[in-house]
Amino acid sequence: MAFHLTQGTFSYLPPLTDDQIKRQIQYALDNDWPLSVEYTDEPHPRNTYWHMWGLPMFDQKDPAAIFYELEQCKKAFPYHYIRLNAYDRRLGRQTVALSFIVQRPGNDPGFRLVRQESPDRQIHYTIESYASMRPEGERFTE
Amino acid sequence: MTNSTNPEKNRWAAGVTPYAEMGYWQPDYVPKDTDILCAFRIVPQEGVDPIEAAAAVAGESSTATWTVVWTDRLTAHEHYQAKAYQVVPVPGTDQYIAYIAYDIDLFEEGSIANLTSSIIGNVFSFKALKSLRLEDMRIPLHYVKTFQGPAHGIVMEREYLDKYGRPLLGATTKPKLGLSARNYGRVVYEALSGGLDFTKDDENINSQPFMRWRDRFLYVMEGVNKAMAATGEIKGHYLNVTAATMEDMYERAEFAKSLGSVVVMIDLTIGYTAIQSMANWARKNGVILHLHRAGHGTYTRQKTHGVSFRVIAKWMRLAGVDHIHAGTVVGKLEGDPNMIHGYYDILRLSHIPLNPLNGIFFDQDWGSMPSLMPVASGGIHAGQMHLLLHHLGEDVILQFGGGTIGHPLGIASGATANRVALEAMILARNEGRDYVNEGPDILEAAAKWSPALRAALETWKDVTFNFASTDTPDVLATPSL
Repeated sequence: MAFHLTQGTFSYLPPLTDDQIKRQIQYALDNDWPLSVEYTDEPHPRNTYWHMWGLPMFDQKDPAAIFYELEQCKKAFPYHYIRLNAYDRRLGRQTVALSFIVQRPGNDPGFRLVRQESPDRQIHYTIESYASMRPEGERFTE
Repeated sequence: MTNSTNPEKNRWAAGVTPYAEMGYWQPDYVPKDTDILCAFRIVPQEGVDPIEAAAAVAGESSTATWTVVWTDRLTAHEHYQAKAYQVVPVPGTDQYIAYIAYDIDLFEEGSIANLTSSIIGNVFSFKALKSLRLEDMRIPLHYVKTFQGPAHGIVMEREYLDKYGRPLLGATTKPKLGLSARNYGRVVYEALSGGLDFTKDDENINSQPFMRWRDRFLYVMEGVNKAMAATGEIKGHYLNVTAATMEDMYERAEFAKSLGSVVVMIDLTIGYTAIQSMANWARKNGVILHLHRAGHGTYTRQKTHGVSFRVIAKWMRLAGVDHIHAGTVVGKLEGDPNMIHGYYDILRLSHIPLNPLNGIFFDQDWGSMPSLMPVASGGIHAGQMHLLLHHLGEDVILQFGGGTIGHPLGIASGATANRVALEAMILARNEGRDYVNEGPDILEAAAKWSPALRAALETWKDVTFNFASTDTPDVLATPSL
């Protein structure tokens, strides 16, 4: 079975249509959550810091403008993972409120599980993206 | 309170004086911001004055004993006496709500054991009362600040797991008892790779002859790591470290940590002190701490005797766990919807206003103490997803045990069905749809492209648990016309 990265809020649904993405943007704006676009070709689950496509759009209340930025990012990085984040700055929260993948590379080979055997039957595990063994920018094509 | 008292008697004369006359009933008392306030539901024995009964509870849970002692005069006793300051009859019953204020100096800083030894120490066996229930406590922020609080809390947990915008999904490994370590790890792998975030040991899985703890930990972590590689997503299994001694628990927790587990688990049965010790350990070692409320029903369920779960929830937020089971509303276990909303508020909000509809007797201010994840577990399935989201919100772990493992197409399909149902419901909610009423349609639409969800809906479509709750609020909302 082909590898499918399941990070993000909507990874078990069919790819979101443009209209569906716009409705999620509207939901975030209705909650006063600024949006940001991030991209990466290193999908390791501990890779917290995807590249920022500009700053979070704190003052942008127009869903069309936000969608436009997303489209620009897709054009610049057609084979990267791209996610849309909404951020909640309320006291007691101050963290991401919603984060979902909106673009995937077509050919992510997934992860290798590396087992390091130790005494007493202990195994120490590492997971390693097959793709990220290549240099950044050369990991996903097509 | 007893028949042998003499109302004319001097306050300090040897012998028995009613508690109410010894300063434990003060109807004019204005509670201080720093006082710990308690609401007790009391049922006095026939012929016992409810005010005297309330004063007796105040007395016996603070400085008093059954007879006058001259050594009280060596102390600033007015300061240390708890004060019953209000007694309110519950209409249509033989019950009263007694409000009692305790000075903060009565309690050791940061100790649930001390707090509970005072407040529920011996008053619950008092002969003059038919029954007694601690309904709620107002913990002043001054006292809150003496506790660590949740080892990580909801925000840190979400950042650690990289999971936002939806409830988390879990499943308890079934059968609870009897699986070998190898078979047990299989269930973990299937459920996590199918789409759950967490799997879980049950409360009574510790280290039995059929599966010793160390073997379980090794096989479970193989399953967890394989599922992480299969999905590219952080996964965890609540490894239950509950054991006979602290030394055993620390040993098991250290081993779980060394294997890279993001979470360990304890049972409520280990006791308050052990829970606080494990919470300290969890924060120090960066491991999320899950609490299973094993045994709570023995004292939380009956309306007129025991301790309400909302009080246990407050103690556990102070004690410092990151997860606690808090009811499902729709599942197989006891829980009036309004009461459960109240528990969830206590666990998740920073400030909870007095709300009789949800059984909340006091304002509660947690300041900046982190919130913790309520866990909904017991008889829930994918077909209820709209109701679960409606009742329980987004910061919750939905724990589908049978509803994952009992799926006709296998455990992984069961997990996928739950994840698909959840994400479809979140998407619809965010789009502004009336997801509560349209819930079944939303699930049906997703089942058109998800065979796993289709099979889940067909298997469990008619399963509900509609029984009357034994513990309900005194106040009901008046339906608006």
